[in-house]
Amino acid sequence: MKKLIAAFTLTLSLGALAYAAEPAKVPDAASASASAPVATTPAVATPVQQTVTQAAAPVAPVKKEIKANKTITIGMFLVIVGITMCVVVWAAKKTKTAADFYAAGGGITGTQNGWAIAGDYMSAASFLGISGMISLYGYDGFMYSVGWLVAYITVLLIVAEPCRNAGKYTLGDILSFRTEPKKVRAVAALSTVAVTTFYLTAQMVGAGKLMALLVGIPYKASIIGVGILMVGYVVFGGMTATTWVQIIKAGLLMSGACLLSVLVMAKSNFNLIGFFSDIVNNPSIQDHVSKMVLRDGVTLAGADAGQRFLEPALFMKAPLDQISLGMALVLGTAGMPHILMRFFTVPTAQAARKSVIIAMWIIGMFYVLTTLLGFGAAIHVTPQGISGVDKGGNMATLLLAQQLGADIAPIVGDIFLAFLCSVAFATILAVVSGLVLAASAAIAHDIYVNVIKDGHADQHEQVMAARITSLCVGAVGIIIGITAEKQNVAHLVALAFAVAASGNLPVVVMSLFWRKFNTAGVIAGLVVGTIAAIGLVMVSPNMTYPKTVAAGAQKVITALETKQAALPPGATLDEKDLKALDKAKVDYEKNKDGTSIMGLDKPFLKLKNPGIFSIPLGFLAAIIATLAFPSRRSEDMFDEIYVRQNTGIGMAKAIDH
Amino acid sequence: MADKQYDWAAIARNPKFVELHHKKSAFLFGWWIFSTVYYFLLPIGAAYAPGLFKVKVIGVINIGYVFALSQFFVSWGLAHYYAHVANKDFDRLTRELVDELK
Repeated sequence: MKKLIAAFTLTLSLGALAYAAEPAKVPDAASASASAPVATTPAVATPVQQTVTQAAAPVAPVKKEIKANKTITIGMFLVIVGITMCVVVWAAKKTKTAADFYAAGGGITGTQNGWAIAGDYMSAASFLGISGMISLYGYDGFMYSVGWLVAYITVLLIVAEPCRNAGKYTLGDILSFRTEPKKVRAVAALSTVAVTTFYLTAQMVGAGKLMALLVGIPYKASIIGVGILMVGYVVFGGMTATTWVQIIKAGLLMSGACLLSVLVMAKSNFNLIGFFSDIVNNPSIQDHVSKMVLRDGVTLAGADAGQRFLEPALFMKAPLDQISLGMALVLGTAGMPHILMRFFTVPTAQAARKSVIIAMWIIGMFYVLTTLLGFGAAIHVTPQGISGVDKGGNMATLLLAQQLGADIAPIVGDIFLAFLCSVAFATILAVVSGLVLAASAAIAHDIYVNVIKDGHADQHEQVMAARITSLCVGAVGIIIGITAEKQNVAHLVALAFAVAASGNLPVVVMSLFWRKFNTAGVIAGLVVGTIAAIGLVMVSPNMTYPKTVAAGAQKVITALETKQAALPPGATLDEKDLKALDKAKVDYEKNKDGTSIMGLDKPFLKLKNPGIFSIPLGFLAAIIATLAFPSRRSEDMFDEIYVRQNTGIGMAKAIDH
Repeated sequence: MADKQYDWAAIARNPKFVELHHKKSAFLFGWWIFSTVYYFLLPIGAAYAPGLFKVKVIGVINIGYVFALSQFFVSWGLAHYYAHVANKDFDRLTRELVDELK
């Protein structure tokens, strides 16, 4: 059977290579098209505002280039792949039972698990996105990062130890404890698969675009490469390999962040107050801020504009949306299947507790350092330089590394950039592996072993089912990654958190703490929470509304035609403007009669983040259904789960050799 | 698998467990609510009290920045306080309960 999997993987990789070889001929087109969608990442870049910017500031931005030194970067990638492959070979020998595969045999220590949680959690979006947001919008970026840490208080106080005490491998194990297991497991598995698919899609598409932009590896080849590695880690090494990949990644990420922070602070003579004065007095930041506030009709200049960079609401102009996102983060992290799963890998509740605290230190320190990196990039690379490379600011940290390194020696700049690219690469690998493992556990352990086989499967069969499922999940991930290339996936991470907060968290908490809670409650909570979160996003401004696109195109047409009319007779617009005009006309024609996926002309809701509505809906549905269909058995079994989750008595030992 | 059968309802009525359950519930939900309220003060304050956030404290550093940074320290502090209480009280009560059941 093992040979069969190896052969299948080999076929998959050969097929993939053949597939990847074809687009390799046109890498320029791939990278050019890749940079455009990334640019639309920030929520503020609506067509209207873009037009305003174009009209107000037609000057050519400071054009910066970001291209990593291919030899050094790929060399470093290979080192990471080499090291992780050794880990996989070692882990594969240890992975014999289902407990080994899903929970590393319960043999991970609290400290190791803490690093792995941090590695699992900090995606490329935190690593590149938040520092970019700080470099362009200042304070708001920092404020945004806070919720990602505070979320762990919920994990620590409410879910970590109870899950360790009452659970085994998956979310379904906890939820099915005193309910009708088959139905509950099936629904729980579906919800897990939904959350992980959203998150995985965002990660895969991000990975492909990043690699294309930085190293010039074509989009499809990057997705397939990342996909094969993640499948390799999970299929052969299970949880042990995934854990170590995450630990290695967290170590690399923290070293990169520390190193860069020291360099940034050295520029300000290690004086924190001086560092903030540098921000306020930086002419490029002042200019950038005064242009931004001008759009709202506010005039600011000099140090006032610089000071404004340290004040809220340059980016987050819809408070309700921010509160809604905050709710999704604070409650969603504790409902994320791949995070919950990490607590089954440690032997005791004490170790689970310790691992959350260590993870909180790593994650918190990272976000504090990110502030230095973001503001440092704003001072040294300038906001204009950063948005010139990528409008969303995603390249801020990388540009900063390149520049600070190059200040020492040009080759050092290349090495720094290559190092940070490989950190980004390791980051992606670690996060996607954790997601594939969580999705596979839901399908193989909950659906195959417990629903289809009624729990009657020996260790060998369970591990085989887990491996085959991981292979399939990985293959599906690759396919989704490739087909979603042109889609706007930026909102999918927030959606994953919203689904976890609205669907998973209410039912997990009530399973552990509410006596009356029962099958009807679990199913209603999961279904309503999940559907509400997805449904609200489907009618939100996150979707593409052709009529809005057409209106934006119309504005570009008007602006350019006015420009043409103002030119002396006989003169024509330059080539760039003409191209833009043609494109706008095509866009207008294509979109003027269209509607969104839901058949809407304009968003039904103004909120981008559904949490504020969908989370209460998830709770309400679970409560109402529980009360409507009471179950004696569930009530009687409450004592058992409550004693178990509090004390760990009768704990399902992950070590069951 | 199950090497020992427990009378769960009896354990749930055990005074040690009742004490553990009361102490733990009060601590967990109380501090969870505190941390959540403290966190949401940040986006709410930024949106509805921007004037307060702008007040400078040290050099150009303002209240908004200090408040956002304080969130990190409050979270870390709370995590360690919980670990301290759990290691001292909750784990001790659990151990005593488990010993009693042997």
